[in-house]
Amino acid sequence: MISFSGVSKRYPDGHEALANVTFSIEPGEFVFVAGHTGAGKTTLLKLIAAIERPSAGAVIVAGQNVGALKPAAVPYLRRNLGLVFQGQKLLYDRSVFDNVMLPLAFGELTEREAARRARAALEKVGLAARERANPIQLSGGEQQRLAIARAVVNRPAVLLADEPTANLDAAAAGAVLDIFSAFHQVGVTVLVATHDEALIARSGRRVLRLSNGSLAA
Amino acid sequence: MRAWLRHHRRAAAAALARLAGQKAAAVLNALVIGIALALPAGAYALLESLRAAAADASFEPQLTVFLRPEAPRAEAEAVRARLEREQRVREVRFVSREQALTELQTVEGIAEIAAALETNPLPDAFVVRLREAAPHEAVEAFAAELRALAAVAHVQADPLWARRLAALVGIARLAIALLAALLAFGLVAITFNTIRLQILTQRAEIEVSKLIGATDAFIRRPFLYLGAMQGLCGGAVALAILWASLSALNPEVAELAATYGSSFRLRFLEPGDATAVAAFSAFLGWLGAYLSVSKHLREIEPS
Repeated sequence: MISFSGVSKRYPDGHEALANVTFSIEPGEFVFVAGHTGAGKTTLLKLIAAIERPSAGAVIVAGQNVGALKPAAVPYLRRNLGLVFQGQKLLYDRSVFDNVMLPLAFGELTEREAARRARAALEKVGLAARERANPIQLSGGEQQRLAIARAVVNRPAVLLADEPTANLDAAAAGAVLDIFSAFHQVGVTVLVATHDEALIARSGRRVLRLSNGSLAA
Repeated sequence: MRAWLRHHRRAAAAALARLAGQKAAAVLNALVIGIALALPAGAYALLESLRAAAADASFEPQLTVFLRPEAPRAEAEAVRARLEREQRVREVRFVSREQALTELQTVEGIAEIAAALETNPLPDAFVVRLREAAPHEAVEAFAAELRALAAVAHVQADPLWARRLAALVGIARLAIALLAALLAFGLVAITFNTIRLQILTQRAEIEVSKLIGATDAFIRRPFLYLGAMQGLCGGAVALAILWASLSALNPEVAELAATYGSSFRLRFLEPGDATAVAAFSAFLGWLGAYLSVSKHLREIEPS
């Protein structure tokens, strides 16, 4: 599903975020990307989502060489990825429901079907009762769950999450992890970047450990 | 196809909502565009009014061939045949002396004099329209050739005033076109800036949309509708300003024209021209939006 082959990423300022990283993730796997702040976790996720391009090596997602994708093809790649960003990137000038509807706006669904899907996604993350609220009215954990609902509403094959439990208490973090597990159980490939070692230990999943841009053995 | 139409419907609705959400700015923009467009539209309306008033005066090279009063009808037909053989001639119209007198009697200020005539002093004549490409020297040579015919009493060639008027109309048209082009550029710039501000206020939404798989075309669409709607509103304001201005001016114009025995009025644009003004304005709005959104969308990338 996802493979990195000798991938390096050097930013224009000279900073090398990833160096010769090689790994692969099979469809339906649940994998953590662990490492200290600045280890290259976020860069790794950005390369998968074609937010950044590799300086060297090949990033293959669902059979596509992401580094070689034309700009016009990138949106179609991203539609198959559910992205949960650090800081959520919610739109605070619209309701919870409208935030979840956003990825469905450029799909082929009718408005009725899109609304049904959005409500189902909110149901899965336990926010069905808050659909009319503004995201600003939600707690940190609820905002993270809303970001997950938006990420999965298009039924992506891959779910990428960058520090999804940062700033959450243990209970909220556990709830978020349970949601990821639920999606994993229905066949979604899940890749979570985190520095929360307790969370990783509790889950017992495969871990890719990054240190200064390189994969630790 | 249905999904495509649905996307357009949503984009148009989103653009309308943005216009409605910023009423004051939308009204001001429409006013600025409308005032800018009203200038060339007004000049065009004035020119068209003058053209309509001078409809009887052809701006094409023209000859009037007056026949001798005693010329038999057969000789007149021979003149017609000669005229119709000529490559440079576009159209030949025979005006009989009776018809000429009748027409004279309808001309304001002359009707009474014409009615008082005991006999008809007017000759039969051919009004000859030449092709526009015919040079002045060739027209004069052709006129001289016609004068040599037995049945012809006099040939009046292409009056100088008509050529001067035609030249003035040409200059006026060019001036209007230049003014329109200049103001069109201004309109595009206004829309460009308005859309730039819209993009800046929606930067977060655009960034998130790009992250979750929206194409540039999808993101661009509501802005294009917004630009076109803004242009259309400006066009409507321009037409309203023009109509109001003509309504205010016409009583004074009518009074002045009456002193010259004329019923001249400034006329509002024909429906086709008015539609063209609105459509052109909408197109310019769309163009300004397209340029703006194309430039600024490239600058917004997810981070």
